[in-house]
Amino acid sequence: MPQFLPKRFNGRLIVVEGIDGSGKSTQISLLAQWLRLRGFAVAFSEWNSSPLVRETTRRGKRKEMFTPTTFSLIHATDFADRLERYILPLLKAGAVVCADRYAYTAFARDAVRGVDPAWVRNLYRFAIKPNLAFYFKVPLEVALGRILGGRNALKYYEAGMDLGLSRNIEESFRIFQGRILVQYEAMIEEMGFHVIDATKSIEAQQREMRRIVVREFGRTRPPEVLGMEGMVARANA
Amino acid sequence: MPGPTREPLTFYRTPLPGVEISELQGKLIVIEGPDAVGRSTQVRRLKTWLEEAGHAVLDTGMARSALAGKGIRQAKQGNTLGPVTMTLYYLTDFADRLENEIIPALRAGFVVLMDRYIFSIMARAIARGESRAWIERTTGIALVPHLVLYLRADVKDLISRVVVGRGAFDYWESGLDLGFGHDMYDSFVRYQTRLIRVFDRLSKPYGFEVVDAGRPAEEVFEALQASILNTLAGRNVVKAAGKTAGRTGGRRKGGASRPTFYPTSPRPSSSPAPE
Repeated sequence: MPQFLPKRFNGRLIVVEGIDGSGKSTQISLLAQWLRLRGFAVAFSEWNSSPLVRETTRRGKRKEMFTPTTFSLIHATDFADRLERYILPLLKAGAVVCADRYAYTAFARDAVRGVDPAWVRNLYRFAIKPNLAFYFKVPLEVALGRILGGRNALKYYEAGMDLGLSRNIEESFRIFQGRILVQYEAMIEEMGFHVIDATKSIEAQQREMRRIVVREFGRTRPPEVLGMEGMVARANA
Repeated sequence: MPGPTREPLTFYRTPLPGVEISELQGKLIVIEGPDAVGRSTQVRRLKTWLEEAGHAVLDTGMARSALAGKGIRQAKQGNTLGPVTMTLYYLTDFADRLENEIIPALRAGFVVLMDRYIFSIMARAIARGESRAWIERTTGIALVPHLVLYLRADVKDLISRVVVGRGAFDYWESGLDLGFGHDMYDSFVRYQTRLIRVFDRLSKPYGFEVVDAGRPAEEVFEALQASILNTLAGRNVVKAAGKTAGRTGGRRKGGASRPTFYPTSPRPSSSPAPE
């Protein structure tokens, strides 16, 4: 059985993946801006951002109620809501949808949490196969340097504290991200990621992404893809 | 409390991490069936009856989890809950209760009485056109119950219960999100007919014990009591599992060459489990 539903829409789906601190969010927003300037109707969707599920996720995190299974399921619910209400209709309409993290994030994180990998993959079988999936490959220490330097407060689940890897939150984060990295690396070939060397300069990475987008979508906007004129794009409906 | 031929519980497909199945000493009893069939009333009476007989009982039902219950109720207030989202939200609620209430209660030797189980989640998803293979695998984290009592009624029985008992049709029970029919009544009839059909199809592969719920509530109660007594005595466990094995493993009547349902890891019918 294929992992995702086949692409059968006018729009295009571009996703970015990578561990925390890989720089993927910076790159996808630069790419989205560039596509808009080229006349594409662009929409944006971020992991774990559905308003329908937000309160439940917040409650679960605040009270540390999640098990690996319920953590996996609430993220799948969040994803389903964004897909059904936002991503899918926009793709049908012909928009370019940029997603900051996609089902691969769940494949990597949930596997590290000990959830059965085959079960998680089945869980996301309702998802749409992306046209382009970029993976931001970065050594663990580089990513950690960016995160641990820039932000002072790591959060409980983000650092994988629920796994009991270490009582030190920074150490837990380090081990957790390292394990996620291994999962991502194992998916590169299987999922057909376009690997971006995330140790390069921001400009060089962006040039590489744009080159791949032009190669895949063509120099001019394909007729079935929606242009800016008929579209009001809003971040995260 | 466990009967003489008590079989160990198993998961349908995907064992949950960290659960030692041999520690689960209680009984898992499920009451399933469509909306307005009278399930909740029966569950309440059964709980009292079981407690009178000295059993510790945990009763739980959909959207009652500490984690997701409130969120689901809020989501149902709007009308933007898509079918996959609804399925997964209910499954989150189910998993939270499974891991934090049901399994601990079974470990402590309770009789767990469930007002709906994964089958309602499955039926609603399938009735909304979601893939059966997908939902069967997704719900594969559930434990195989000792007994599934399927309260079966025709749509006309449900309608009279809705009209007399509640006085109004509910948006979700009428499947209005599916856009069938011109009004709540038409939609209710079409949606519930479809749900009943799905429950009927799940009945054999999952070893439901069918209870005719078109009868007076007292008769239904007696039928449920009789089945539960059998299960508590360890008498009808094997039968239910045997049906499951027979149906999923081989060809179905009518010549369909592939099994309609995925295997449900049935308990062995004669010899005890190897571990």
